[in-house]
Amino acid sequence: MHYSALKVLWQGLTGNKGWTEVWREPDPKPEYDIVIVGGGGHGLATAYYLAKEFGELNVAVLEKGWIGSGNIGRNTTIIRSNYLLPGNQPFYEFSLTLWEGLEQDFNYNAMVSQRGIINLIHSDAQRDAYARRGNSMRISGADAVLLDRRKVREMCPFLDFENGRFPIQGGLWQPRAGTVRHDAVAWGFARGADSRGVDIIQNCEVTGFQIENGVCRGVETTRGVIRAGKVAVCVAGSSSRVMAQAGMRLPIESHVLQAFVSEGLKPVIPGVVTFGAGHFYISQSDKGGLVFGGDIDGYNSYAQRGNLPVVEDVCEGGMAIMPMIGRARLLRMWGGVMDMSMDGSPFIDRTHIDGLYFNGGWCYGGFKATPASGYCYAHLLATGRPHETAQAMRLDRFITGAAIDERGAGAQPNLH
Amino acid sequence: MIINHPLLGPRDAAEFVIKGDASLIDRPDWQIENAAEAFHEYLFLRDNPAGEHRELWYHEQGDRSWLVVTRNTLTHEVTRVEMARDVARKARA
Repeated sequence: MHYSALKVLWQGLTGNKGWTEVWREPDPKPEYDIVIVGGGGHGLATAYYLAKEFGELNVAVLEKGWIGSGNIGRNTTIIRSNYLLPGNQPFYEFSLTLWEGLEQDFNYNAMVSQRGIINLIHSDAQRDAYARRGNSMRISGADAVLLDRRKVREMCPFLDFENGRFPIQGGLWQPRAGTVRHDAVAWGFARGADSRGVDIIQNCEVTGFQIENGVCRGVETTRGVIRAGKVAVCVAGSSSRVMAQAGMRLPIESHVLQAFVSEGLKPVIPGVVTFGAGHFYISQSDKGGLVFGGDIDGYNSYAQRGNLPVVEDVCEGGMAIMPMIGRARLLRMWGGVMDMSMDGSPFIDRTHIDGLYFNGGWCYGGFKATPASGYCYAHLLATGRPHETAQAMRLDRFITGAAIDERGAGAQPNLH
Repeated sequence: MIINHPLLGPRDAAEFVIKGDASLIDRPDWQIENAAEAFHEYLFLRDNPAGEHRELWYHEQGDRSWLVVTRNTLTHEVTRVEMARDVARKARA
């Protein structure tokens, strides 16, 4: 069913009786050309682009729980392409261009809102670093504007410009960045893939891989064996657990990241603002809640909940740049499991086992990457070659010395 | 989380810095034939289990000792705390 304003109007006038289910709930077939393990944003996007762009129609997505139950429904909804390194930035810019056309492309309202992001500058050295980053962004075709203090004050008068410890000296602004209704992304991709014939199979956990003579021929699941020409894993925080079933150890640790939403307020924050002297970022949802977060907790965790020291740290970051946040009450907080990689950058690659592919290591930056991650993974699965923007995201990059370490923190996942 | 320090008793986890998997104590021999592969595995690859995990914690805001903490990554429950030097000595012996 094609969605349009006219259809909404017509259905509204006729009692909303004509809406059909958004996707089917098929039983798994015994065999597919491609089986995608993980029905999160990246898995559903992969299925969508496989069907739409690469003509792969015999595809299944297997999801342990229900689609949208993982990090695609647990993030702070920010999209941006303000990275530095050549192995990353063109990929994230590709992702942002996909976001810009996404709603028309999959005919679903994902509430893509390009309200901009400002990374605050607090020192001369930071201004130099952000000027360099801005130039790197512009080389990739992205937009970047270096703001002085006066301009930041015009755009965000609520920030603490009198703070002696962390003086606000300017900002790096990406006007095309913004926020998206996160779970609508999962639903839009699911609907687009399903309507092209992809089977989305929920409540179907993968319990093992069928590997014969070094070739992956299918998966064992809680709903029986499913044979496959290619098996594509993208399970984010569960990457190590799933790939261990294929005997692989990954350059990944799972960590918990917390996020917070305040009570609903009138519009106060124009876009996304990040603190440059600590780790804090904030935006305001369309419902009015302030959505914010900061550092990961720092210890390995699969618990989807964090601890209070990081809550305190995040709130201190908020108070340091916008003291008015102290007047807002916290409504909700939650934690998600992040697949933190050894250099803070992701993987979209084949494995040493033929027919088995891996997508993961997104750290806490996977949401913005959703469309490009799906597109590039689909490209790799369908053509056998990495997409031009994802060529550096290799699993063997630590042994070849080609790490993509944005932060320069080394092989220490809890510092990225 | 509370870390039951073997010398100092129960301490708030916020006093510590977490290094990661306790296997980092067992640094490979750089003179062996496949040292590059061994160091790749040692430095970059992790078991990352869901469940019991042995990990290195550094008591930065305390006595600056290294501890091996056995903790469940699904529940955050700490079941055992040892001095890292004792663990290393025992492994060498």
